[in-house]
Amino acid sequence: MADELDVLESAALAELRELQTLSQLEAWRVRYLGKKSTLTSALRALSALPPEQRRTAGAHSNAVKASLQSEYEARKQELSLSTIGESIGGACLDVTLPGRALPIGRLHPITQVIQEICSVFARMGFQVIDGPEVEWDYYNFEALNIPQDHPARDMFATLWLDSSEDRNARLLRTHTSPMQIRIMEEHRPPLRFVVPGRTYRYEATDATHDWMFHQVEGLAVDSDITLRDLKETLFEFCRSIFGRDTGVRFRCDYFPFVEPGGEIAIECFQCRGGGCRLCGSTGWLEILGTGMVHPDVLARCGIDPSVYSGFAFGMGVERITILRYGVDDIRHFYSGDFRFLRQF
Amino acid sequence: MRVPLKWLLEYVPGDWTAEFIAERLTLAGIEVGAIERIGQTWNDVCVGYVTDVQPHPNADRLRLVTVDCGTSSSTVVCGAPNVATGQRVAFARVGALLIDGHSGKPASLKPAKIRGVLSEGMVCSEKELGLSEDHTSTIELPQDAPIGLPLADYMGEVVLELELTPNRPDCLSIIGVAREVAALLGGALRLPEVSLEGQGESVKDMVTVSIEDGDDCHRYCATVVKGIKLGPSPSWMQERLKASGMRPISNVVDITNYVMLEYGQPLHAFDYDTLSGRKIVVRRAREGEVFRTLDDVERRLGPGVLVIADGERPVGIAGIMGGSNTEVSESTSTILLEAANFDRAVIRRGCATLGLRTEASLRFDKGLHPDFAYTAVQRATMLLAEICGGVPAREVYDAYPACAEDRVVTLPAGEVKRLSGMDIPGDEVNRVLESLGFVQTRGDDFETCFLVPYWRGDVVGPADLVEDVIRVMGYDHIPVGTPRFTTATVMVPADLWEFKSRLRQLMAGAGFQELLTYSLSSRENLVLLSPDASLAHEPLTIANPMSREMECLRTSLRASVLDVVARNRRREHGPVRVFELSRVYFPRGKDLPVEAETLCAVLSGYSEEVSWHHGERPMDFYDAKGALEYLLAKCGVSAGFIPGDDVGLFPGRRADVIVDGEKLAVVGQIHPAVARSFEVDAHTLLFEIDVAKLMACMSGIVEYAPLSRFPYSERDLAIVVDNDVPYARVAEIIGGFDLVSRASLFDVYRGEQIPPGKKSFAIRLVFQASDRTLTDAEINKVQQKLLSKLESSVGATLRS
Ligand SMILES: [Zn+2]
Repeated sequence: MADELDVLESAALAELRELQTLSQLEAWRVRYLGKKSTLTSALRALSALPPEQRRTAGAHSNAVKASLQSEYEARKQELSLSTIGESIGGACLDVTLPGRALPIGRLHPITQVIQEICSVFARMGFQVIDGPEVEWDYYNFEALNIPQDHPARDMFATLWLDSSEDRNARLLRTHTSPMQIRIMEEHRPPLRFVVPGRTYRYEATDATHDWMFHQVEGLAVDSDITLRDLKETLFEFCRSIFGRDTGVRFRCDYFPFVEPGGEIAIECFQCRGGGCRLCGSTGWLEILGTGMVHPDVLARCGIDPSVYSGFAFGMGVERITILRYGVDDIRHFYSGDFRFLRQF
Repeated sequence: MRVPLKWLLEYVPGDWTAEFIAERLTLAGIEVGAIERIGQTWNDVCVGYVTDVQPHPNADRLRLVTVDCGTSSSTVVCGAPNVATGQRVAFARVGALLIDGHSGKPASLKPAKIRGVLSEGMVCSEKELGLSEDHTSTIELPQDAPIGLPLADYMGEVVLELELTPNRPDCLSIIGVAREVAALLGGALRLPEVSLEGQGESVKDMVTVSIEDGDDCHRYCATVVKGIKLGPSPSWMQERLKASGMRPISNVVDITNYVMLEYGQPLHAFDYDTLSGRKIVVRRAREGEVFRTLDDVERRLGPGVLVIADGERPVGIAGIMGGSNTEVSESTSTILLEAANFDRAVIRRGCATLGLRTEASLRFDKGLHPDFAYTAVQRATMLLAEICGGVPAREVYDAYPACAEDRVVTLPAGEVKRLSGMDIPGDEVNRVLESLGFVQTRGDDFETCFLVPYWRGDVVGPADLVEDVIRVMGYDHIPVGTPRFTTATVMVPADLWEFKSRLRQLMAGAGFQELLTYSLSSRENLVLLSPDASLAHEPLTIANPMSREMECLRTSLRASVLDVVARNRRREHGPVRVFELSRVYFPRGKDLPVEAETLCAVLSGYSEEVSWHHGERPMDFYDAKGALEYLLAKCGVSAGFIPGDDVGLFPGRRADVIVDGEKLAVVGQIHPAVARSFEVDAHTLLFEIDVAKLMACMSGIVEYAPLSRFPYSERDLAIVVDNDVPYARVAEIIGGFDLVSRASLFDVYRGEQIPPGKKSFAIRLVFQASDRTLTDAEINKVQQKLLSKLESSVGATLRS
């Protein structure tokens, strides 16, 4: 009896694997699992056996039945899936036809880079705020140690709204640094801020210069901030943005509102420091200007420079974007050419 | 500033490479932008000696020149008229890389048959060697040039091109750079000995100098040198001037330029005999005074300009340029040499007034110390005696109304560490500062005082000393570890910045391409935004605009966004969905303007790319409205749309978006006249949002309602109303019925099946209660009530 069932099971399973349609499967089910099937009769016959035999024979029959049942379910699943195509008309879909398109929107590359820069600094505890683009001479120059007739005014060709002779003249900010003053006037240390925004210069445009561009300004002021903190923070920034292995250089530089002042450059990723056209054969790409907030600037904002110190920095977003993506012409950014914008 | 390396190394001897010096200078804040190597490509060019010159047998203008190169001798065909027997010349052998006279590009010299005579080599002009554009005559080398020596060894030069920051005018001089190199690389300075022993008359008997205002001119030093023989300056001086980017003129002028490059102090030589009244007066120009400068331009002056005058008229513009009336010429035998110190602001304003900048003004307008004048005038006078055979008068005329005071800066102990984070022993600090010329005047446990060298006008406080210490040691030596993030910080709400970022993300998510466009616009473009050419707001204008296109601070984003749409339309078709979130600027008198963050979105063309899925449908009002509704919904703002009055939009196809009685956005189709002006499709839609107002409307906290556990029922309802009944009225009435949990309008119909002047709305209503299963009877009752309410309020009837 037990042998009989085993033979039955292997025959049924072999047959099952050959089945191709759901109707064949149904016939199989009736034959092996239906009311008139051998297995059902065998189970029915159990009651005639003595109790001892009944237990072992019953367990065996039930196991065979369970096995056939589960193989049946699995096969049914397979056949249902493979016959779906037939049920909806017999033909398969051309899955290579384009899907119904959703319109694809994108952020401007400059917005993307600003957000990336700000989020790196946000991770280091800097808050993001905005500031005005139309500024007073005082905030853009005077309060930053660049009074009238200071030679450093040459560094900033300015678009004026009023006569540049006027001490209360308004102008389009030439850098985001005026926000250093506005922040320090309004808040007391400890301070950590970044300020992204538009800036303007009186400048003829060509492939590498535009009169409107974006900067991200940064400011940190506290009682124990040093040049070393500056270097550590900004090196971390460069490596976050340009890659952990990027070589970074910190050198002395001059901006009237910082002292000591500096500049941070990254290793040219085109020539790896050997010198090429991109880096002007120096092997380095200047990324940002920085320095310790000048004691006169702190004092002007009512912060005691003998107690507090801080660092500030400013970077050009277009420059970073151009370097990052190898953009060949800065004027593409504001031309609105879809062929350009779609690539980011 | 161009610094010829040989000249530099004469003052600070050492065997450093140009690259090494450049790197150290750059790290220390004196940026070397480039290293130029004059003569780097001069292989196969040497000093030659012309042994013979014969006429060319077949050409009048050509000659056959025989050149001895020490080991060999060649005869070449030469067209330059100046070649003569006995000259020393720059001779290029076949194979030398020379600048081609015609193409201007480097090319290898090949043997050539010129009018029947083989020529194997060339006597070079400056152009062929890349020294200048001059190719009319060949170079004549000094008689002591060693024959056969490679030319690069004789007159090759390495030039450091410095890109200086305005705080370091001292480095606009070879000596200034030499001081830096000495401090940075540990070299010893070897500067020219300067002492003047004049003879003959006292300078005071030959000239009087008066300074009208000591604030304009801080010092005026003058000497008089007689018996000058004008001529070319010696070749070593000419080479240095040329390598420094200056053109040799005459020995007198070259000496003034040479000393200016050496010390950074501009000088000027007047023809003494042309000065009227043996007088020098430093004064402001009179209004309308006319003066011809050395560049032969007649200039109208005014009190903004400082001049040097003699007894009767201006003879020079102070610190900027001399005049032709007293110019040194062939007939000059006595000169008055000026080295003065002018106020930097006066010079800056003078340059701005005249639109003229010179090597001299470049140095004055950064601020020079008066001590330079005294040294430089002596040095130049010595050279005039040495080179031009001049006899200087006794003494230097030194008009110095207010002697500059020494500056002492106090460095508190611990200040270097406090600002730099580096532990540098006091001895080391002192050593570094002394190497830069600082002199320690006093010191104790609490502070050290340093006398600032006169050439370092930029050093005024302890932070400047700290920078000097760190930059000489090298910023690259500041250790870099993990940044400290221990600082707590003032928290300021950054709502607007974050909200703007979110709006941008939402718009991009809704399929809109972000644009950024210029903040400045032409007035015309702003005017074109309204069909009647009116300006809603007078824009702020730039006082010194770069062009008329960039004249006004825009009061609307529309013009620039529409421009972008039009420009792209010329290149491609396809659906346009763009937006910009930027500021517009509304004037507030003389105050700073209001900078209003605005979002302007434009939709134009078909709703989707041409596709196999569907036909093409031009976008319309409801595409724009739908996008705007999406944005409002994502911001949790529910707004009302009412017919609008924006003049730039199509009447009848425009809406104002109202929240709490306040307008925060507009949406609509572009006015046809505006569409024409900007050359965009007639079916162009836009919406424009006041971002700050939108942010203020956001409710912030979501009102949660518990979920109903009971089934819902759907009923479709078709009603007929007058054409002028807005759907919003119907929706509002339906909204008043609590048991209607949702209502969707699925058809709007006008036509044959209903009376004229009417329209029908087909609405799917979802009925659901939170506390029970609604029976059919109950639903019928509610629907009946709704119908009668619609009837009484908007005259609706059930569509049969
Ligand atoms: Zn490179």
